[in-house]
Amino acid sequence: MATFPEYIAQNEERDGVRFSWNVWPSSRLEATRMVVPVAALFSPLRERTDLPPIQYEPVLCSRATCRAVLNPLCQVDYRAKLWACNFCYQRNQFPPSYAGISEVNQPAELLPQFSTIEYVVQRGPQMPLVFLYVVDTCMEDEDLQALKESLQMSLSLLPPTALVGLITFGRMVQVHELGCEGISKSYVFRGTKDLNAKQLQEMLGLTKPAAAQGRGPQTAPQPLSNRFLQPVQKIDMNLTDLLGELQRDPWPVTQGKRPLRSLGVAMSIAVGLLECTFPNTGARIMTFIGGPATQGPGMVVGDELKTPIRSWHDIEKDNAKFMKKATKHYESLATRASTNGHIIDIYACALDQTGLLEMKCCSNHTGGYMVMADSFNTSLFKQTFQRVFTKDVQGSFKMAFAATLEVKTSREIKVSGAIGPCVSLSAKGPCVSENEIGTGGTCQWKICGLDPATTLALYFEVVNQHNAPIPQGGRGAIQFVTQYQHSSGQRRIRVTTTARNWADAQTQIQSIAASFDQEAAAILMARLAVYRAESEEGPDVLRWLDRQLIRLCQKFGDYHKDDPNSFRFSETFSLYPQFMFHLRRSPFLQVFNNSPDESSYYRHQFNRQDLTQALIMIQPVLYAYSFNGPPEPVLLDSSSILPDRILLMDTFFQILIYHGEVRNQAELHLFTKQFHLKENASDLIYCLRCF
Amino acid sequence: MNVNQHTPMASPYGQPQPGYTQPGYAPLDGGYPAPYAPYNGPASPYQPGAPPQGISGPARGPPTTGPPPISAPQQYNQYSHSQGDMQNGPPPMTQAQPRPPVSQPYNPGAMNMSGPHPTYPQHYGPPPTMQQVSNQMSGMQITSGPPTPAGPGYAPPHSSQPPVSTAYSAAPPPSYTQAPPPVSSAPTQPPPSGPAASQQYYGSPPPPSQQPFNSSLPPTSQQQFTSSSVPPPPSQQTLPPSSYSGPAPPAGQPPAPPVSQPQQSFPPSQPPFSSAPPPTSQPAFAPGPPPTAPGSFPPRAPPPSSQPGSYPPPTSAPSCQYPGPLPPQQQPPPSQPFPYHSGPPPPRAQMPPTSMAQSNHLPPGPQGPPGPPGPLQQPPSQPGMQTGYPPQQNGAFGQVRGPQPGYAGPYPGQPNYGAPAPAPAPAPPAQKRLDPDAIPSPQASDMPAVQKSRHRIDPDAIPSPIQVIEDDKAKSTEPFTTGVRGQAPPLVTTNFQVKDQGNASPRFVRCTAYNMPCTADMAKQSQVPLAAVVKPLATLPPDETPPYLVDHGEGGPIRCNRCKAYMCPYMQFIEGGRRFQCGFCSCVTEVPPHYFQHLDHTGKRVDCYDRPELSLGSYEFLATVDYCKNNKLPQPPAFIFLIDVSYNAVKSGMVSIVCQELKTLMDYLPRENPEMDSIVRVGFVTYNKVLHFYNVKSSLAQPQMLVVSDVSDMFVPLLDGFLVNVNESRLVIESLLDQIPEMFADTRETETVFGPVIQAGLEALKAADCAGKLFVFHTSLPIAEAPGKLKNREDKKLIGTDKEKSLFQPQVGFYNTLAKECVAQGCCVDLFLFPNQYVDVATLGVVPVSTGGSVYKYTYFQAQSDQERFLNDLRRDVQKPVGFDAVMRVRTSTGIRATDFFGSFFMSNTTDVELAGLDCDKAITVEFKHDDKLSEETGALMQCAVLYTSCSGQRRLRIHNMAVNCCSQLADLYRNCETDTIINFFSKYAFRGVLNNPTKAVRDTLVNQCAQILACYRKNCASPSSAGQLILPECMKLLPVYLNCVLKSDVLLPGADVSLDDRAYLRQLISCMDVTETHVFFYPRLLPLMKLESGSLPVAVRDSEERLSKGGVYLLETGLHLFLWVGASVQQELLLNIFGTPSFGQIDSSMTSLPVLDNPFSQRLREIIDSFRAQRSRYMKLMVVKQEDRAELIFRHFLVEDKSVSGGASYVDFLCHMHKEIRQLLS
Repeated sequence: MATFPEYIAQNEERDGVRFSWNVWPSSRLEATRMVVPVAALFSPLRERTDLPPIQYEPVLCSRATCRAVLNPLCQVDYRAKLWACNFCYQRNQFPPSYAGISEVNQPAELLPQFSTIEYVVQRGPQMPLVFLYVVDTCMEDEDLQALKESLQMSLSLLPPTALVGLITFGRMVQVHELGCEGISKSYVFRGTKDLNAKQLQEMLGLTKPAAAQGRGPQTAPQPLSNRFLQPVQKIDMNLTDLLGELQRDPWPVTQGKRPLRSLGVAMSIAVGLLECTFPNTGARIMTFIGGPATQGPGMVVGDELKTPIRSWHDIEKDNAKFMKKATKHYESLATRASTNGHIIDIYACALDQTGLLEMKCCSNHTGGYMVMADSFNTSLFKQTFQRVFTKDVQGSFKMAFAATLEVKTSREIKVSGAIGPCVSLSAKGPCVSENEIGTGGTCQWKICGLDPATTLALYFEVVNQHNAPIPQGGRGAIQFVTQYQHSSGQRRIRVTTTARNWADAQTQIQSIAASFDQEAAAILMARLAVYRAESEEGPDVLRWLDRQLIRLCQKFGDYHKDDPNSFRFSETFSLYPQFMFHLRRSPFLQVFNNSPDESSYYRHQFNRQDLTQALIMIQPVLYAYSFNGPPEPVLLDSSSILPDRILLMDTFFQILIYHGEVRNQAELHLFTKQFHLKENASDLIYCLRCF
Repeated sequence: MNVNQHTPMASPYGQPQPGYTQPGYAPLDGGYPAPYAPYNGPASPYQPGAPPQGISGPARGPPTTGPPPISAPQQYNQYSHSQGDMQNGPPPMTQAQPRPPVSQPYNPGAMNMSGPHPTYPQHYGPPPTMQQVSNQMSGMQITSGPPTPAGPGYAPPHSSQPPVSTAYSAAPPPSYTQAPPPVSSAPTQPPPSGPAASQQYYGSPPPPSQQPFNSSLPPTSQQQFTSSSVPPPPSQQTLPPSSYSGPAPPAGQPPAPPVSQPQQSFPPSQPPFSSAPPPTSQPAFAPGPPPTAPGSFPPRAPPPSSQPGSYPPPTSAPSCQYPGPLPPQQQPPPSQPFPYHSGPPPPRAQMPPTSMAQSNHLPPGPQGPPGPPGPLQQPPSQPGMQTGYPPQQNGAFGQVRGPQPGYAGPYPGQPNYGAPAPAPAPAPPAQKRLDPDAIPSPQASDMPAVQKSRHRIDPDAIPSPIQVIEDDKAKSTEPFTTGVRGQAPPLVTTNFQVKDQGNASPRFVRCTAYNMPCTADMAKQSQVPLAAVVKPLATLPPDETPPYLVDHGEGGPIRCNRCKAYMCPYMQFIEGGRRFQCGFCSCVTEVPPHYFQHLDHTGKRVDCYDRPELSLGSYEFLATVDYCKNNKLPQPPAFIFLIDVSYNAVKSGMVSIVCQELKTLMDYLPRENPEMDSIVRVGFVTYNKVLHFYNVKSSLAQPQMLVVSDVSDMFVPLLDGFLVNVNESRLVIESLLDQIPEMFADTRETETVFGPVIQAGLEALKAADCAGKLFVFHTSLPIAEAPGKLKNREDKKLIGTDKEKSLFQPQVGFYNTLAKECVAQGCCVDLFLFPNQYVDVATLGVVPVSTGGSVYKYTYFQAQSDQERFLNDLRRDVQKPVGFDAVMRVRTSTGIRATDFFGSFFMSNTTDVELAGLDCDKAITVEFKHDDKLSEETGALMQCAVLYTSCSGQRRLRIHNMAVNCCSQLADLYRNCETDTIINFFSKYAFRGVLNNPTKAVRDTLVNQCAQILACYRKNCASPSSAGQLILPECMKLLPVYLNCVLKSDVLLPGADVSLDDRAYLRQLISCMDVTETHVFFYPRLLPLMKLESGSLPVAVRDSEERLSKGGVYLLETGLHLFLWVGASVQQELLLNIFGTPSFGQIDSSMTSLPVLDNPFSQRLREIIDSFRAQRSRYMKLMVVKQEDRAELIFRHFLVEDKSVSGGASYVDFLCHMHKEIRQLLS
C-alpha cells in the first residue's frame, strides 16, 4: 500500500478532496478528542481531463431522503439488476436503460477510477451565459481609458452567444439598452434611491412581455435576451462604440469632495435586472469601481474628503457610521444574487479603500472574484481580468455557474457546515449535523461561481456513539454532488464519492495519527479561525487557535512533562505548528497595518483558493535564484540572504524580489527570463498582485 | 321738469368737460370748485374746457393742431357735448350725423357748437361720453331749456343744450321733429332729416344754431342754469362767449376757439368731436330705449303715446328696459313736454332722443316721449332741421342712425367720424339710414315710430364703440408725448407714435385713471378702480427708440436711500446738485461723487438731457452683481423642449411637426444683437410615461437617449451634453430631431405624466445653474402613476353651482409647490396643449401661469388644419424677446401703494412680483389703493422696476416711470379715465374672482361696481336730472357695452358647448393680457370687406348681427380667432375676388387660408389678414363661415352686442339693466 502522502495526493488528484484525517475515529467522543475535526477541503471542479463524456443522467437512490447517486462503492447485483445504496442501504432497481449491465459491461460510474464523474444533463434549454458589466465612471481619464480597453478586449473573449449588458454609474446609474440603431438609449436611475425588483422591472419596461404572454399563452417562451442583455455577436460593434464613447461622470466635483458614486444602487439595479430576466441562470455581474460608494444605499463614506474612510480603529470604536447600513445593503444584494445563481465580481482599483469590507459578502457569497489594485491602468488588473476569461483545452471558460453542492454521508457521520464561497440552501436532511461549523444546518450549498480552484472547507461530525462500534473494515462514505451550469450552457452534474476507513481511536490511534494530513488540517483550521475572526475579536481567535494547537500537541506529541526539549512530533504533524505560527501573524488574523478592505480582500482569497495557494498565503515561499543552479526554495530566514542570490518571495498576493547586491544587466536579464517562466505557470488569481 | 333735469345733465356735461380739460381745470378748479358743487361742471367745464384743451392738447391736442391738440380732448368733450347737444337736440340720430357734419363742414360751426359745447361740451364733455350725451340728450331737452337760461352761468351746458335748444328755438320744431324720429326709432324720419339737417346745421347752422341755442337754450334751461349758472355766467362770459360762442354762434366758430382754447382747437377737433360724440351718444341712446322699449314699452308705450302723444311712449320705450324708470320717466315726459312745450316740444323731441342717444338713453326714454312727438314733427321738421338746429338734432340722430345705415353701407359711423367730409354725405345717408332704420318706425309713421321706439331702443342710439374708436383715431394724428403729467393717451385701437418725455409710454404703462382721487374716500366713493396695466418688456414699433441702457458703474444704479426708488426724472436735485430728494418718499440722498453734476438756473442738472434716467420715462440700468442671485453673474439662459411622444401625440402628427420645426427654429433663438449668435442653450426631452433625455454633446456621433423611468422622484440624468450650444451641436441635434418621430412611430403608450416633466426641466436648469424656459408639448390628462397625477373631474353638473369655482382651482396642490420651485430657479414654462379630451387646463396651467409662461391650446389638433397656427405660435414664442428670473416692484409716491397684482407670475410676499420668465407680450395689472392723501400739486408717481436677466445673460433693471394727476373733485376723475384699461382690470379681477366665488357672485359684483361708478358720477358730477335718464361719463360711455362683453365671456357665462378646459384656458390667458388684447378680445373687430382700399382699413362695424349684410363679406378678429363671414347673397364678384369661385356653395368652409389670387382685392385682403396676425401675440387661424352654415353659431358667439346663446344679455338689454341698477343706487 502506498504511503499516506501518496494516497492523499492520489485522492486529491482524482477527486479534489483532502481530508484532515484519512482514517476516521469511529466514535463521536474520540473524534472530538482529535482536536482537528474530520473535515475536507473539496474543489468541486478540479480539472480532470480524463473524464468520460456521459450524456445521461445519474441514477439515484430511490429513497426520498437519500437520493444518493450510483457510485463505485455501491453493491451491485448484476443478475437482478439491483444495486444497494451505500449510504442508506436501500436496494434499487436499475432503470431500463441499464438493461445491458453486467460485470464486464459496467457503466462508467461504477468504475473505481471514476469515483468522480460528470454527467451532462440533456434536458432543459441551453442556458446562455450572461455577463453584466457594471462600470464606475468616476475615475481619472487614464484609468477609465484603460478600463474601457479591457472591457472592449473582453468582448472578444466572450462566446458569440453570450449575452452582455452594460450598466454605468457615477452620480446616476445608467442601464444601457443595447442594439438600438442610431440613438443609443439608456435608462437612468437616481443614485440615491434603492429599487426593488418589481419597481425596476416596471421602470425598465420589462413587464410587457409578461402581459403579452398573458394574452397569448401560445406565444413562444420569453426570448432569452432583452433590450439590455443581448448576444455579443449581435451588438459587438454597438457595445464597443458605446464603451468607446463612455465619458467620465460629467457632474462637477467641487474642491474637497469625493465624486458622488452610486455604487450601491448600481449593484442593486444589476442584481434586480438579472433577477427579473434571468433567474436561476448563470450570470456574472462584473463590477468595476474606482472608489468608494459615496451616496445612496451602500455608501461607505461621505463625499467630504476631509472625512477619511473608516479604518479598523474607527470600527473598533464603533465610529464607522455607514458601515452597518452599507453592509446590510450589500448582504441583501448578495442574498438576492445568490438565490438566483448570479455571481458578483468586484474589481476595485483605487489607491484608497473602496468599501470592500462592506461589499465582501457580494463576492464571498456568490463565488465572485474580488480584485484589488491601485489602478485599472496596471498590468495587475489587466492580466487578472484577462485571466477571468481563461479557457480550458476544450475552449470552454474555466468558470462554472449557479452550482449547488450537496453532501451525502454515511450514517455514522454528518456534515456540520462549510466555509467557502457559498451560501446555504437550507436543505435539511438526515446527514445534517446539529452542530454547526461555518455555514451549516444544511446539506446543500449554493456556489454561484466556480472555477477549478474554488475550494470549500467542509466540516463533519462523527455521530457514531462510542458504544456502537463500527465493524472492522467498515468505511465511512461521503458523496459530493455538484450540479452546475457549464460555460457551454450545459447543465452538468459532477459526483464525487469518497470513503475512508473507520478506526477505533483507542486501539488504532497510531494509524489515525499517521493518516493526518497536516497541510489540509492547517488550512481547515485556518479557515475556521478566519471565519471566527470575521465575527470575533482578534485576540480571542488567536487564543482559540493556540489552545487548539496545544491540545493537538498534547494529544499527538511525544514529550516528557516539564521538559520542552523533549517534545517530539511525528512527521505527519511536524509542519503543523509552523503553519499555525505563520497563520497567527498572517493578515488573515492580524489587522494591524492592514486596512479593513485589505483584510477583507485577503480573507476573501484565502477562503476560496485551493490548498496549495492557501498554504502559500499562510507561509510564503522563498525562492533563491543564482547562477549556481536552478531556483531552489530556501528558508524564510535572513540566513537565506546571500550576495550572489536573487531572492523571490511569493506570498500569493505579492511577489517580492530581493536583489542582494548590485547586479549587472546580464544577471537581471536572466532573472527576468526565469521569473517569467514562473509567472506563466501560476494559477488563475496568482498574479493578482504581481508588481 | 324734465328740462330741469336735463339741464342738470347739461351741467354734468359741463363738469365732464372740465374733467377733460383737467389741465385747465386745475387752475379753473380753483374757481370752479364752488360752482362745481352744483354745476361746477358747467362753470369749470368751460374754463376747463379751455384748460383741458391745453392739457389735453398735449395729449390729444397734437392731432387737432396746436389748439386742437388741446381741444382734442376737449373735443371729445365737445364732441360728446356736441353729440350731447346734438343728441339733445336731435336725439341720437342727429347727434351722430350732426357732429360729423358739423365738425367737418362746420368746423367753425362745429366750433361754435363745440364752443358752446365746450362750455357745455365740457359739461357735455364729461357727459359727452355716453352719459353726458344721454344726459344731454335727455337733459338736452331739459337742459336745452335750462341751459339757455343757465346759459350765462352755464352757457356751455346751455350751449350744448343750446344747440339743441337753439335747434329747438330756431329749429326747435324741426329738431323736434327730427328728434322725435330718432326717438321713435331714430331710424325713420329723424335720421334722415336729422343727418341732413344736422349736416346742414353744421355746415352753416352751427353758428346760427349756437345762437339759437343761446337764445333758445338759455330760455329753456334758464331756470336751472340760472341758479347754478349764475356764477358761471362770468366764466361763461369769458368762456361762454367763446363756448357760448355757441351762444356766440355768431362768434360761432371763431368764438368757440376763443371760448376755451379748446374750442379753438375745437374747430378742428370739433369735427372729430362731433363725430365722436354722436356715435357715443347715439349708441347709448338708441340702444337703451329701443331694447327696453320693446320689452316693457308696449304697455307704457300706450301711456306715453297717450300723454305727449308720442313722447311718453318713446320715453317709455327707452325706459322700457327699465320698466320702473320708464313709468316715472313717462310721467316726467309728460312734464317734459311742458318744458318742451315752450320751445320744448322740439327740444323734448330732441331731448328724448338725445338723452336717449347720449347716455341715459333710457332715461331719455322719457324724453323719448317728447321725441315721438318730435318724430312726428320731425318729418316736417327735418326739412326745417336742415335749416335750423333741428338738423343738428336730426343730424345727431341721423348720425346715430347714420351709423346703422353707415354700417349697412360700411361706414355709417365713418361719415360721422369722417366728420367733415363724410359728414355731409353721411347726413343724407343717415337720413336714408334713418329711413331704413325708421322703416319700421317710419312706416308706422311718426306715431307708430314712437310706439316702436318704445318697444325698441335703437341700437344706433347707444354709445358705439366703433364711433369712439374712430373718433379717437381721427384725433390722434400727432405723436403722443409723455411729458405732461396726467394726460390720457390715445386709445389702444389707435395708431399713434409715442415720444418719451419723462413718463413711460402707454405701450408700457396704461392707467385706468390719469387723474387719481386725492383721498381714499373719494376713491371709495367713485369705485373707479385705480390700476395700471404694465407691460414691462413691450415691443415698440420700429420708429420708437427702445429703452436706453444706463450703466452707473460698479456701485450700481443710484437709488433713494429710504424707499430705494431708482434715479428718475422725479428726483429733485438740491444743494447745487449734491443731493437729491426722492419724488416718492421725499427722503434726501447724497449724490455719489461720480454722479455729481451742477444744476442750471432752473434747478435742473445740466446733463439732464444727456442722461436717460433724468429725462425719460423708460430706460434700463445695468445691474451689478449685487442684483444677482447668489451674488453671481447669471449663466446664459437655456431653452428646454419637452415633447410628449405618447400615442396621441404621434398620431396627431404633433411630434413630427414639432421636431421638423425645431430644426429651423434653432437658428432663431432670441438674441439682442441680430449679428450675434444666440447664447441661449437648448436641451431636449421626450416623454410618455417615462422621460427621455437626450445627450446631444457635439463630440458625439449620435445623440444618446437617457430614459428616466423613476418619475416619482425626478432628477436630471446628465449634465454635460444636455444643454448645448446650437451651433456646436447642430449635427447631433438635427440627427436627434430626425430620429425622434421614427423612434416613437410605433409607440403604443397612451399614458403620460406631466408633473415630472416640469420637474425634469427644472432640475436641468438647477443643475446648470441657469434660468430658462421650458417648452412643453403635451397631449393628454396625466393619469400615469407619478407626482401630479390627475383624474378626470370634468363635471358639467357643477356649472352654475357653488362648487363651480373648484373647477378653476387646481386639482392637486402639487403644481403650486412645483411652480414655486420653478420661480425660485427662474424656470419659465410654456405649455402647448393638444388635447382630444379633457386635460384639466386649470391644473396643468398652474405652473405656466405662475412662472410667467403661456398656455397654448389646440383642441383636436390636426396636422393639416392646425399646423400653421401652431407653428406660428411656436415660432413667435421661441423667438420673442424674453427676460428671465425677473422681479418686478412697483414703488409709488406716498399716499398710494400697489396692493394687488394680476397676471402670470408668482408672489412670495406682498410687494415683489416674481416672474420666472417675462416676455414682450406679458402684461401685469397693478391695483393701487390709498394709504394716505395725495396732493394735487405733486400728483401720484409710480415707478415700476423690473430686475431681469436678458436673453444675452445680462442682468438688468428696466424702469418705467409714470406720473398722473391727482384731483379733489370727482368730476376730474371721471373726466380722465380710460375705459379699456378699466375693463382690463375688471376682467382680470373677475377672472381671478371665479377661483373663490360662484360665477354668479362675480358677475353681480362687477355689475354692482360698475353701477356704483356710474351712479357716483351721476350723483356727483351730473346735474340733477330725471332718474329715468342714464347719464354716462364721456370717457366711460363704453363701460356698459364692454362690461357686458366681460360678463358674457365664456369664463363668466359659459354656453353648453364650452368646455371647462376652454374656460380655464381663457381665464388664464386673460390674466396676462394687455389692454390692446383685452379690448379686441372682449369687443372683437369686425370689418366689412365689401370695399378695400390700400393703405387704410375699412371702418369696423359693431359686433351685432344686424350690422351684417347678406350681401357682404366680413372679417372678425378677436386676437385669438379670425373669421371670414360670407353672406348668403354675396356678390359673385366678391366671391371671385376672394375665393376664386363664383358660387357661394362652392366655398370650402374648411379652408384655413385664402387662395392666392392675382387681383388687388384678394391681395389686399390677405395683406389685411396678415397684418392682423402680425399684430397679435398669437396666430389666428382663419375660419371661413358661410352664412347659415353650422359654423355660424361659433361666429355669432363673437357678435357681442347681441344676445348670446348662453344667456348673455344684448347690449341694449344690458344697458337698460345697468340703468336700473344705477337708479336703484341713486334712490
